[in-house]
Amino acid sequence: MRLGLVIDLDVCVGCHACAIACKEWNASGTIGPLSDYQPYGAEPSGVWFNRIRHYEMDEYPNNKTVNFPMSCMHCEDADCVTVCPTGASYKRAEDGIVLIDQDKCMGCNYCSWACPYGARELDRSSGTMKKCTLCVDRIYDENLPVEERQPSCVLTCPAHARMFGDFDDPDSAVSRVVRERGGYPLMPELNYNPTNTYLPIRRKPVIGVETKPKGGLKESIKQFANRLVRR
Amino acid sequence: MHPAFSVIFFTVASGAGFGLISLLFIADSFKLGGGFSREELTIGGLIALGLIVFGLLSSTFHLANPKNAWRAVTRFRTSWLSREGVFAIAFMPLALVYLASIWFDAPLWLRETVGFLTAVLAWITVFSTGMIYACLKTIRQWNTPLVPANYLALGYASGSLLLLLGAVRAGLDTTPYIAMSALIISIAAVLKAIYYFWIRSPGLTPTINTATGLTRAKVKLLDTGHTHGTFLTQEFGFKLARQKAGLLKVVVFALGFGLPGVMLVWVFEQQGGLAAAAVAAMAGIAGAAVERWLFFAEARHVVNLYHGAQRC
Ligand code: SF4
Ligand code: SF4
Repeated sequence: MRLGLVIDLDVCVGCHACAIACKEWNASGTIGPLSDYQPYGAEPSGVWFNRIRHYEMDEYPNNKTVNFPMSCMHCEDADCVTVCPTGASYKRAEDGIVLIDQDKCMGCNYCSWACPYGARELDRSSGTMKKCTLCVDRIYDENLPVEERQPSCVLTCPAHARMFGDFDDPDSAVSRVVRERGGYPLMPELNYNPTNTYLPIRRKPVIGVETKPKGGLKESIKQFANRLVRR
Repeated sequence: MHPAFSVIFFTVASGAGFGLISLLFIADSFKLGGGFSREELTIGGLIALGLIVFGLLSSTFHLANPKNAWRAVTRFRTSWLSREGVFAIAFMPLALVYLASIWFDAPLWLRETVGFLTAVLAWITVFSTGMIYACLKTIRQWNTPLVPANYLALGYASGSLLLLLGAVRAGLDTTPYIAMSALIISIAAVLKAIYYFWIRSPGLTPTINTATGLTRAKVKLLDTGHTHGTFLTQEFGFKLARQKAGLLKVVVFALGFGLPGVMLVWVFEQQGGLAAAAVAAMAGIAGAAVERWLFFAEARHVVNLYHGAQRC
């Protein structure tokens, strides 16, 4: 099994609901708490597993805002795991989920240096590294109804921009949609082989931008008069 | 990258310590300049060990959770940080046996063998320190064989200057020590110059387009999605103006290589040898510290692409 997420950039509306749901679930989950520093102060900051950034593609009038959620990609060739000197970082053979053993981490930050996607964040109050667990404590919970055995972010997304599934199974919904829509990994040139896949923005016809119609002779005289006569 | 003081101190101090003890072994086996006495060799060796131990201790200040630091030696097979720890630990008893064999006048074969192994392990440890940085694909400015080469050259340059200081104090013939220092400093300067030319354009790097996969058009950041800094901006967001970097490079060369070079000539001409050798050693180590700071400050992690950088 190779579990991971598909994120549809064409659909994401950038509402940050997945980030909030992630924080809510994981703050009391296997790896929590996730500290906040100065939550109501002037400089609020804290640990998040999932961050949404906003980009602009192309230039006016062809520009488009792209909302870009990012969390751990659960890479196949994850350097964050190999560089870890304590063995705290590990990748599960059975489902490919990359996790951090909080009892082993010494907080050296080395794994965060090795991650190209900024998926790992040090929790200053516990002194340990934290990251997306793919809600490992949810997706295998047999007390939950089957349809709820999914990561929090996927369940909560109001736009259905996220999908969760097994990329090793060619017939899974995630594999199919990646095939059909031309899903792609981020920064493939670094060869981390991230599991999470992004669906591209669809090409749409450019909406024409009309230039302001020119006024007639009457309008020009009026403007000329206005410039002459100052109120 | 954020330049952390504890890491800079660690790499400079332990690099000098490992360099010093390796060259001490060479000075001892070849009796350079007449050869140090038993006491002088032991004191020199202890100073080297002190630098190494202080360095290693200071590196633990960098850890957010030092109580788990002992686990850092458990991933020898994949992690250079782990390898460095293992080699440093393996080095310690060897170095102590070497110093003991000097002090107690052990048979020459034992002293030579243990000394040789000590020197080799010192070399491997400094190499591993360099590889901690060089193995990261995410930081193009570090991902080059020039990095371990630089760590070795600077560690040995600092060590050779300390050894020269010792030779002047001991009243030995300083010529071989000056020659050794001059050679190592020249190599270090050449390597550093190559590195500085190379990082002006370190080959192909990821861009904001490959980072987002939006390769059809220009991409720019609109909003990072957080109101204040995050762990990522604190750790990777450090920026250094090109001009300031240029100025600091001049400082590295003037302080780290130029001044020690002039002082070597001074020592050779015997005009107040001890003071000149002390200045050379201090300047060399200060230059190495500036070099290390710059090494961190100039490195740009690819995560900056997600925070608006166009290329790294
Ligand atoms: S995204 Fe980063 S933290 Fe997650 S597996 Fe890949 S390298 Fe590791
Ligand atoms: S911060 Fe923790 S998980 Fe990351 S490399 Fe260091 S010990 Fe391993």
